Amino acid sequence: MVSRRKALTLAGVGVAGAAGVAATAAVLSGGGESATAADTAADGIAFYGEHQAGIVTPAQDRLHFVAFDVITKDRADLIELLQKWTAAAARMTAGHDAGVIGAVSGIAEAPPDDTGEALGLPPSGLTLTIGFGPSLFRTADGVDRFGLAARRPAALDDLPAFRGDALKPELSGGDLCIQACANDPQVAVHAIRNLARIGFGKVTVRYSQLGFGRTSSTSRTQATARNLMGFKDGTNNLKAEDGELLTEHLWATGPDGAEWMAGGSYLVTRKIRMVIETWDRTSLGEQEAIIGRNKGEGAPLGHAKEFDKIDFSRPGADGRPAIPMDSHVRLAHPEQNGGVRLLRRGYNFVDGSDGLGRLDAGLFFMAYQRDPRKQFVPVQRSLAKSDTLNEYIRHESSAVWACPPGVSGPQDFWGRALFT
Amino acid sequence: MRKHLLVPAALLGLTAFGLTGCGKDEPASTGADGPIAVTASDSACEIARAESAAGTVSFKISNTGSKVNEFYIYASGDRVMGEKENILPGVPVELHVELPAGTYEAACKPGMVGDGIRSKFTVTGSAAPLTADQKLADATTSYQRYVKSQTDTLLVKTEEFVNAVKAGDVAKAKALFPVARTYWERIEPVAEIFGDLDPKIDGREDVVAEGMAFTGFHRIEKDLWTTGDISKDGPIADQLLTDVKEIVAKANAEKLSPLQLANGAKELLDEVATGKITGEEDRYSHTDLWDFAANVEGSKAAIAALRPALEERSPDLVTKLDAAFKAVETTLGKHRAGDGWKLHNQLSQAELKELSDVINALAEPISQVAGAIK
Repeated sequence: MVSRRKALTLAGVGVAGAAGVAATAAVLSGGGESATAADTAADGIAFYGEHQAGIVTPAQDRLHFVAFDVITKDRADLIELLQKWTAAAARMTAGHDAGVIGAVSGIAEAPPDDTGEALGLPPSGLTLTIGFGPSLFRTADGVDRFGLAARRPAALDDLPAFRGDALKPELSGGDLCIQACANDPQVAVHAIRNLARIGFGKVTVRYSQLGFGRTSSTSRTQATARNLMGFKDGTNNLKAEDGELLTEHLWATGPDGAEWMAGGSYLVTRKIRMVIETWDRTSLGEQEAIIGRNKGEGAPLGHAKEFDKIDFSRPGADGRPAIPMDSHVRLAHPEQNGGVRLLRRGYNFVDGSDGLGRLDAGLFFMAYQRDPRKQFVPVQRSLAKSDTLNEYIRHESSAVWACPPGVSGPQDFWGRALFT
Repeated sequence: MRKHLLVPAALLGLTAFGLTGCGKDEPASTGADGPIAVTASDSACEIARAESAAGTVSFKISNTGSKVNEFYIYASGDRVMGEKENILPGVPVELHVELPAGTYEAACKPGMVGDGIRSKFTVTGSAAPLTADQKLADATTSYQRYVKSQTDTLLVKTEEFVNAVKAGDVAKAKALFPVARTYWERIEPVAEIFGDLDPKIDGREDVVAEGMAFTGFHRIEKDLWTTGDISKDGPIADQLLTDVKEIVAKANAEKLSPLQLANGAKELLDEVATGKITGEEDRYSHTDLWDFAANVEGSKAAIAALRPALEERSPDLVTKLDAAFKAVETTLGKHRAGDGWKLHNQLSQAELKELSDVINALAEPISQVAGAIK
């Protein structure tokens, strides 16, 4: 792997860049359908492929997610931006500078086309994944700014209101999103910072979110991580190795309604604030009853091991079901939701404290799926209605995104099929 | 306190050799008819002749209206070839300006706001086109002209402000505060070359942390808007005028290099992004949008001076800059109030974000100018 530092010491930046991309492609050939597990946390993940990286890619440790509003009114400007972004993303995911000149190779009089904080850092498993929000196709006032209204997939519908929603409009929605995941937070932040800079005048940052400590595993090679409530999260997640299930629950197809989304996936993002202090005062028994799993092993209540097949009818000591009827695991389980699955890819967040001496913390929930109307929406309806966990959480933001299929090579760009 | 990287042109080994014959005391050579008469009222701008021969062209401007007026000769891209500010009703003034053959615009600005009332002004005759290097050298001369015109009015307006403060006229002083600052903010990068004077004139309360006294515009601003008691501000006002006089003399003796102009244009937008959008600059009076507009005008003037050179080297960049300046002007224009601007605390967060977005959109291409003219 050619690191930024090594690339810089080679004679020509352009030559080094091409060599780096080739090296990455060779090492990581076959990235696409299957998850491409990098050998180490420092390695690169292939950018080009049938699907966008950053979905079934084994979840990296860190997140920087950003939502943009498009401010240009010019369709050609938007397309040009997507092309520039794609080129910069291909370079950065391979461990190179954002621009062709680089952070330190330009003339002294001009600002560098890379901000420099990732100099010397390896690719660190960086993936960059783009999504398009419903408002890109038609604004809330019904304006079709870019001639895209007719191309909006039916599955890309604004999410309905759910009981208990405490959404902040300024943290919700958006025209475009980019999810940057990496094993080094500096690499993820560097990527978003440079993409935002390339976008000045065409897009404006609506909100962004840093996350750490992945709360889901997206591959059987990964152990299940814990969320800030201290419980394992994502035991029953869709995983990279799930072949058939991915086809059924994750990847959109042309016949689903939008040809340009074939091979893409829909992403739901929800910022879920946890009322940490109240949760921490709750007894262990009550915490476990609310979640429906024990806290140590993560086994369903009444069961021995984390991955035991759940028997929801198994009685507990008092004769009632061991997994309470209003517990989180029961309400969210595919068995209780017509078999629908989600690929969750959320991250913990702590945005400092809230001015009242409480941690401003929680889960930035992210879930990929084939059709939110059939997957996220019914599950969330059920949770919003009955989940006892609701007393300890608050949904503060909400958005839905159409993430197009992967970029096939240097001649292709993010969303090309939508714009041509 | 920010450290500024501007270095006087002489230190960079650059010598500007500007156009000759634009000294202000030279006799007009507009021909037998004498100066071209300009009649400026509150709603019209009548120019006796819309054309002239190349060379020094003289105008005699009479303000027949009730508002204070300004008169400009613009080249393409609003490059100021010559201007007179602060034209009072009933007091005719003359403007002598060196104009090569070309098409210009003459403009009056009653009330000193907006784009002005414009008309075409044509200059014919033979003038050898400038070479590439001459265009760059001419940029510094052109900008020096701008600094001269701004500092002339800065002196007048600061004196009026100081007199109002010393007379204890709070209402008048409040009205003059953002007006005087306009001329200051337009040329701030030049002023900031003289490091010790800038904090004395324009420092905020935090200068105390560096062991300095809190003086200048913002000290008087605080007294005007918080207690309304300016009875003890006479010495501070006197010192302000002394400091402004000193900086004006130094600024006019300075000739900025093209690179300094480019960086100055960018720094003015940095000022907007860090101090004005946030409302930090005029935290007591909330007149930040006046300073905002002045910074943008100053930035545009610096870019305009470089325009002939830039058009030759990077025409795409010029197109981008024109569009981005227009977007800033349009967005800022929504917040006009009478002859001035709304207060910072009257703008919503969404309106401030919109302003921030257009400044970012302009500042990115402006940051490329220095590299383009190098």
